[in-house]
Amino acid sequence: MNTRTLRGSCAIAGVATFGCGETPGFTDLELLAHAAHAAVVDAGLQMTDIDGLCTASVSSPMWAMPVIEYLGLNPRYIDGTMLGGSSFIAHLLPAIQALEAGRCRHVLVCYGSAQRSGTFGRSASAGARRLLDPQPYEHPYEPMLPPSAYALAASRHMYEFGTTRAQMADVAVAARAWARLNPEAFVRDPLTRDDVLRSRMVSDPLSVRDCCLVTDGAGAFVLTRADRARDLPNRPVYVLGNSTAVWNRQISSMHDLTVTAAQQSGADTFAMAGFTPRDIDVVQLYDAFTINTILFLEDLGFCAKGEGGAFVSDGRIAPGGALPVNTNGGGLSCVHPGMYGIFALIEAVRQLRGEAGERQVPGALTALAHGNGGTLSSQSTAILATADAL
Amino acid sequence: MNESVLAWHQARLQEGKFFIQRCSACAHHVYFPRAFCPHCGGDALEWTTPAGTGTVYAATTVRRKPTEGGDLNVSLIDLDEGVRLMSRIDGIAADDVHIGLRVRAKVVDGLVLFAPADGGSA
Ligand SMILES: [Zn+2]
Repeated sequence: MNTRTLRGSCAIAGVATFGCGETPGFTDLELLAHAAHAAVVDAGLQMTDIDGLCTASVSSPMWAMPVIEYLGLNPRYIDGTMLGGSSFIAHLLPAIQALEAGRCRHVLVCYGSAQRSGTFGRSASAGARRLLDPQPYEHPYEPMLPPSAYALAASRHMYEFGTTRAQMADVAVAARAWARLNPEAFVRDPLTRDDVLRSRMVSDPLSVRDCCLVTDGAGAFVLTRADRARDLPNRPVYVLGNSTAVWNRQISSMHDLTVTAAQQSGADTFAMAGFTPRDIDVVQLYDAFTINTILFLEDLGFCAKGEGGAFVSDGRIAPGGALPVNTNGGGLSCVHPGMYGIFALIEAVRQLRGEAGERQVPGALTALAHGNGGTLSSQSTAILATADAL
Repeated sequence: MNESVLAWHQARLQEGKFFIQRCSACAHHVYFPRAFCPHCGGDALEWTTPAGTGTVYAATTVRRKPTEGGDLNVSLIDLDEGVRLMSRIDGIAADDVHIGLRVRAKVVDGLVLFAPADGGSA
């Protein structure tokens, strides 16, 4: 089956977030369950209507099972594919195929993490991952992962294309300007380019303000066939394209540090949607680090390779700029509970439903949401649209 | 060859010897070591001693408190044989490591490290 025949066949009928920021006392499962229930209610459905489930966790490799148990589901379609932060965008196309094949009627995609407040902290989970997911050709050199991997990519981008720290800082400044318009964003203080340039270095050339937040939070959405979505209360947000690409696990195995697998996932997604970057009204990119936004704008075709630094300068992707990018404030300023991808997708849906409040991009009919996972390891792109852009 | 290539490689490193692999079918060099060639899928990988010289492809300074060991260079190095590996450049301040620096491999306590190829003060 050509993926082109799946264009617009399914739609997102409900979305929700829960506990974004700091939610002491909650477990991953509790946060997830709140978002899952709210997304199902938002879709105008009941939990008993859900017969497909997609989920993934940083800490639990068998995560689909406790989620099914906790929510009391009996799914006919289950996807626990774990590709890091891109997982929940990567779950789209297989779920669309399952819906089209009649394996299930309504798929719930959900994530929750108490990464900021949880007792099982980041250093404990990093230690456990070293045992469970060994990288014997990187770990002995003590890179601070993930930041050092992205720092290496940034160093190469600066060397090859003259990208500057100030240009990367402008990515953080734009994200913060959007966050200031979003009541859900965790950090909403003013941020200037100088603030970013003067902040503490983590792994050169990335400072702490070039790095994403560490927050708690949960997100969920419901995917259903387009003909069923039209009978549900919300304006359906159609999935026009989706593709996932993985080229490596370790940063040292990446062929070219300035070119990510987003080139492949992006090209395949645009081909499925029949769109070009010029057709996209709002862009949500997985900004774990400021260099990500630059790399993905290039690799997805919004600008030429090497021109990302100039492209993001001087408010071009900020509120009022030519291209609205990461309108919720992104992982840099809104929310980043270990994996961010589902929040990029949810923000795209909120923009297309016209529900983004002060940060609403007027007349947004099309959106691109892009997920990244590992250390520039996995990339998944989705193009969404309202009925007007079908 | 019915043995772990990772174990064999690490055992040689413990002896102070640095090997990489070369595919006798497609002639690509391969690193990190593995059982099958990632370029052609074949199993004709042979151990070979690299020249040990290479060029810094990307570099970062991990900022750590002095109590945690202080600032640390982490680099990606392209060996002249055409393979890339993560390592660090010793014998030079972390901040002085730069892309394009020519470096030479050495084995220290079972770990491949590098030093500037001219021997020091680059
Ligand atoms: Zn080969």
